[in-house]
Amino acid sequence: MKSLEELKAIRERMQGQVGMRSESATDTRVVVGMATCGIASGARPVLTALSEAVAEKKIENVIVTQTGCIGLCQYEPIVEVLAPGQEKVTYVKMTPEKALEVVEKHLIRGQVVTEYTIQNVMK
Amino acid sequence: MYRSHVLVCGGTGCTSSGCQQIMEALQAELAKNGLTEEVSVVQTGCHGLCALGPIMIVYPEATFYSMVKPEYIPEIVSEHLLKGRVVKKYVYEETVTEEGIKPLVETDFYKKQHRIALRNCGVINPENIDEYIGTGGYEALGKVLTTMTPDDVINTLLQSGLRGRGGGGFPTGRKWQLAKDLVKGGQKYVACNADEGDPGAFMDRSILEGDPHVVLEAMAIAGYTIGANQGYIYIRAEYPIAVGRLETAIKQAREYGLLGKDIFGTGFDFDIDLRLGAGAFVCGEETALMTSIEGNRGEPRPRPPFPAEKGLFNKPTVLNNVETWANIPQIILNGPEWFASMGTEKSKGTKVFALGGKITNTGLVEIPMGTTLREVVEDIGGGIPNGKKFKAAQTGGPSGGCIPAEHFDVPIDYDNLIALGSMMGSGGLIVMDEDNCMVDIAKFFLEFTVDESCGKCTACRIGTKRLYELVDKITKGQGTLEDLDKLEELCYYIKDNSLCALGQSAPNPVLSTLRYFRDEYVAHVVDKKCPAGVCKSLLSYTIDPEKCKGCTLCSRVCPNGAISGTVKEPHVIDQSKCVKCGACMEKCKFGAISKK
Repeated sequence: MKSLEELKAIRERMQGQVGMRSESATDTRVVVGMATCGIASGARPVLTALSEAVAEKKIENVIVTQTGCIGLCQYEPIVEVLAPGQEKVTYVKMTPEKALEVVEKHLIRGQVVTEYTIQNVMK
Repeated sequence: MYRSHVLVCGGTGCTSSGCQQIMEALQAELAKNGLTEEVSVVQTGCHGLCALGPIMIVYPEATFYSMVKPEYIPEIVSEHLLKGRVVKKYVYEETVTEEGIKPLVETDFYKKQHRIALRNCGVINPENIDEYIGTGGYEALGKVLTTMTPDDVINTLLQSGLRGRGGGGFPTGRKWQLAKDLVKGGQKYVACNADEGDPGAFMDRSILEGDPHVVLEAMAIAGYTIGANQGYIYIRAEYPIAVGRLETAIKQAREYGLLGKDIFGTGFDFDIDLRLGAGAFVCGEETALMTSIEGNRGEPRPRPPFPAEKGLFNKPTVLNNVETWANIPQIILNGPEWFASMGTEKSKGTKVFALGGKITNTGLVEIPMGTTLREVVEDIGGGIPNGKKFKAAQTGGPSGGCIPAEHFDVPIDYDNLIALGSMMGSGGLIVMDEDNCMVDIAKFFLEFTVDESCGKCTACRIGTKRLYELVDKITKGQGTLEDLDKLEELCYYIKDNSLCALGQSAPNPVLSTLRYFRDEYVAHVVDKKCPAGVCKSLLSYTIDPEKCKGCTLCSRVCPNGAISGTVKEPHVIDQSKCVKCGACMEKCKFGAISKK
């Protein structure tokens, strides 16, 4: 290693990985429903798309995780965004493309993509 | 990109409880479910809660599975990792609440801890240098080499108030300053004392197993500071996992150019080699350790000259303990004020303790200095099992002493422990309850020091042996009150006349038990009784004829045929034949057998 820049590059590359192993109460949690109903309607590609996008765009303080059946099986794949101090946002009938849109608009810019929320879809 | 990390503890504790099988089962099961691209399995160092091993943590949820068995793995993989449903029945009970799973950091065991030296233990894969760099590793070395002078480093350490964690508590900054300034220029060395030998202590071992790079980085910082280009880590060969991870770490650091020539292009050269010790306790003493590195028989020599002036190969040497090293990069990065804000007036920062003995949460903890013994034992350690009462805690191993229940609320720091007749030591903390005989404890540690005395000086070689014989005599009920005085006198003689710390501190367990539990010694000598019921010579097992139903069970389990009697008639123990093994008492269904 001949320079500090090289060290910094490795650190940045690893941070997204090692950074997952912390327990911070200030993190925004993005939760994907991964019960049988979720998986059957395509939750896995949604989950991978989300976690890859969050890592790739180096979005800090966001963790992508999974949960079981939420109870609204006909609306799966479901993605919930839980930010500390804010109301929970529930996105339904998600696809990897919609998920990327949520990453771009909601997680980065803070704008809820109302088009995909449960309130909108159920109307 | 992995969406989930499964951390499996690969420390010595969990290795012995079978973490390798867990890793294998996990990998096989992940492959079966097609999750190998999504879920990463990481073997880490010690998490601390060794009593609950094998331990497995799933991130990002931070779900803490404890006492994991290979047969749990298929369910955990298909339910948790695939479907996202935490398998509550295998999760550490204390983290399961009505509302769900609470984070590990909120459990009693972790809540009061503050991890600096152990910050990466159980978090990173110790065999992957990138993970260490990912948590800020080698940044302190970069900062020192590019922006600080050697005097800046020394001043930072002095201001931080860091004191040696090996037991002595000498200010680290002062030690480095002496090594830098006493002799100007020329060959100098840096050395790491990883010859942890106290019975029941595994702090250094766990740091080396969980975060080996931190020691390499800190040693390189010391090399730059004092002007040394070679370091040695003296580690006992009985720590195979730690040795293996250090070897891997050194190899990786060399490949990255973080050890070797011209580090960070600054022209600074530094390399580290391992030296394996054969397990002699005396080699933890600094002069004996260096003699051993030089290839000679590990025996101490008188000080002064101190190692800072004439150490390894008679050259100025900085020798620090593993835990001391593990604090240094964090002090450099976060500043001395940050470190000095923790702890008590004269003891800054944190201290790692290995909790053992009669305690629920056997394991490794790091607490801010000044935490009370009560908090450590009751809150973090989970108290004493089986509803027994706390009697004393032994700190500092065979060189330390015990702290009795009346000092349960004393804040733990260097000076308080010395005032109580014990010492910080390297950090072994053995908890004792009412079933422990203090005379027997003193005898146990003496047996250890008699064994480990190197024999160079008479006071230690013969003194500890005579001391042992006296204590042994007392535990056999053959002691006199005069012996107690003789015991004390001999203790002070050994302390004053021994060459090194091994001998000077060997009488401490006797002195401190005499100080706080003299009545127990007197009971052994005058009443010929062992109040805790430990010393066999002073015990007798008897059968209560009223309670005995004559079931003959006891006479059948007695290994020495000491119990006689006929069916349905009360049995009798022949005291001359009884070996006091207690087997009869354990088997008796009617509680008819008692020991006194």
